Amino acid sequence: MISTHGVTSNGATNGTRTRGRVRGNTVTLAHGGGGKAMHDLIDDVFLEAFDQSLAPLEDQARFQLADLALHGDRLAFTTDSYVVKPLDFPGGNIGKLAICGTINDLAVGGAIPLYLSCAVIVEEGLPIDTLRQVAHTMAVTARDAGVKVVTGDTKVVERGACDKLFINTSGVGVIRTGINLGIDHAQVGDVILVNGLLGDHGAAILNARGDMALTTPIESDCAALHTLIDTLLAAVPETRFLRDATRGGLATVLNEIAEASQVGIEIVEECTPIRAEVKGFCEILGLDPLYLANEGKLVCVVPGAHAKTALAALKSHPLGTGAAIIGDVTEHRAGRVVMKTVFGGRRIVDMLVGEQLPRIC
Amino acid sequence: MKYVDEFRDPEKAQFLLKEIRRLVPEIRQGRKRPISIMEVCGGHTHAIFRYGVETMLPDGIELVHGPGCPVCVLPMGRVDDCVALANMPGMLFTTFGDAMRVPGSKGSLLQAKANGADVRMVYSPLDALKIARENPSRQVVFFALGFETTMPSTALTVLRAEREKVKNFSLFCNHITIIPTIKAILDSPDLQLDGFLGPGHVSMVIGNTSYQFIADHYKRPLVVAGFEPLDILHALWMVLKQLAEGRSEIENQYNRVVPDGGNSVALDAIGRVFELREFFEWRGLGSIDHSGVRVREEYASFDAERRFSVPALKIADPKSCQCGEVLKGVIKPWDCKVFGRDCTPETPLGALMVSSEGACAAYYQYGDIEKIHDTRSERQLEEIV
Repeated sequence: MISTHGVTSNGATNGTRTRGRVRGNTVTLAHGGGGKAMHDLIDDVFLEAFDQSLAPLEDQARFQLADLALHGDRLAFTTDSYVVKPLDFPGGNIGKLAICGTINDLAVGGAIPLYLSCAVIVEEGLPIDTLRQVAHTMAVTARDAGVKVVTGDTKVVERGACDKLFINTSGVGVIRTGINLGIDHAQVGDVILVNGLLGDHGAAILNARGDMALTTPIESDCAALHTLIDTLLAAVPETRFLRDATRGGLATVLNEIAEASQVGIEIVEECTPIRAEVKGFCEILGLDPLYLANEGKLVCVVPGAHAKTALAALKSHPLGTGAAIIGDVTEHRAGRVVMKTVFGGRRIVDMLVGEQLPRIC
Repeated sequence: MKYVDEFRDPEKAQFLLKEIRRLVPEIRQGRKRPISIMEVCGGHTHAIFRYGVETMLPDGIELVHGPGCPVCVLPMGRVDDCVALANMPGMLFTTFGDAMRVPGSKGSLLQAKANGADVRMVYSPLDALKIARENPSRQVVFFALGFETTMPSTALTVLRAEREKVKNFSLFCNHITIIPTIKAILDSPDLQLDGFLGPGHVSMVIGNTSYQFIADHYKRPLVVAGFEPLDILHALWMVLKQLAEGRSEIENQYNRVVPDGGNSVALDAIGRVFELREFFEWRGLGSIDHSGVRVREEYASFDAERRFSVPALKIADPKSCQCGEVLKGVIKPWDCKVFGRDCTPETPLGALMVSSEGACAAYYQYGDIEKIHDTRSERQLEEIV
């Protein structure tokens, strides 16, 4: 593995070299060969975007343990791979997803996200400009979120061996002292909150694939949630559990909580915020919005006594204006999630077996 | 959502439920068996579970989830034919999404895709035709299935393909018709049904008059129903009212969509492209006369069964499955020997566990598990006693 860029302990540069420039318009296998073409690509696309110094490239990023310890008392480490089709979609692209997703995976553990890695697998033939755009988005998203991309890797594979561009990001963060969140911490009497409209990302991606030719623009909710989580944890440090409802949507997260904490969860359809366009989209396709992916939605479990404080804290943040209390934790039917429907009936909200497939009629 | 939320109004539901609660004991006077009403259509089954309609009904009335999920009633042999077609060199096989998971004897289309077959999910047969136009060097087969609901769009696609002289497009036709199937259910000796909710979308195409024999000959009421939860409650109430008044008539609850005479343009397209098969094999129900259609001779070049050699082997349903009895309402899904044990949505043995419209999958996914366990233990107790 070749690391694209390392930082020294104090972030200062300790040498300079001349920045390489990439030639041609598309990525070829030569760009993955380890030679000059690859170094040029890394310099020109990634180091340029991430605004990294031209320090000699090390194989790893290095941190002072003492600096990390200033933020809290435990290290959080996570990884996620991003494969999305299409690469660009309303509300973001694969690069924004790769940064926000990993930040969120750290933040929901109560960690302050600090450093990310970025490894890309590129299919030969990808326009250099596409890669440049993705790298630029990643850099901007990371900068806005106050995290640093400190190490990376580039591989180029033959046409057909991957679909245009796959990205893996890993992240390191530090968990605040005194915060202890856990999926098995939910207790009877707790309430469930979300920070806004559900299902936007899933619907945006399906819509962006163009099969449906719907004119309604639905934008992905892709966002880094760590500052929202800061606000919530500052207001309600007793928070039991947080998770971003990505693949599998709200329904999957709730099932995981019910299973791990051996409690029942009852949500109220009427209180569950879903955009009319997303509802309509799901009606047409026969999908259930509870299972649609989100990339900027947080499921929170807090003690019932703190429900109002938690809701107010979420609502005070720009990413939480649509926050709502959607249900509570019950002793009835441990391990099960039940929804009181708008119609007044009750139904079980189970885990999906596979992918949601559109119904025929 | 406009024109949707109005049909999910809980207050109106309470009013209907009050009426239903009043009628049920009145009808049941002097009989032990609960009132048993079949919703024929899988779309109804889905809505009933999705909104928890069944959990709102009083004791003494049971819903039987009928054969109207086209994905569920597809026999294994036909799925095997799909897989065989999809595996042909250069073939581009197109299908509706929920048909991809249906198990054949040699796996599903989803597995065939994973093994390298080019299987693509489409939302309409016109999407498949578009793919054919875009890939002139390849054969594109559309897996046509469904009742009269989806038949017109397939027929119109064939007519368009002919007009546009698309040479590389054909259908693997598995369309089925609802009337012979309802008749087969009514003729079964173990029938215990008191009335029907008629399929709204099918009726939009074929109209209401075709159901008249159910009222006249079999003396059962049928009410054509829409797919919103209020539609379903409303139609249930209409069936119960008929039962209470000793009537058996064909009524139309879904008259905002269903014209009595059906849709003549759609019927005309169906008639031009398709003709009845002598019989068609149903999963769980066996062979039913005149229950399927095939492509007419004039459009033979759009018929994948004529263009390609498909194995067309008959594969018997797994012996342990009791899908047929569930479909006819003789037993409840959880009474089946393999329900939730060998047969689950992850590893469906029977067809009813495959699609979210299938009665077994619906119970497994949305159903009242505790109730199922209670009923089971009662049954096991009875067996012991």
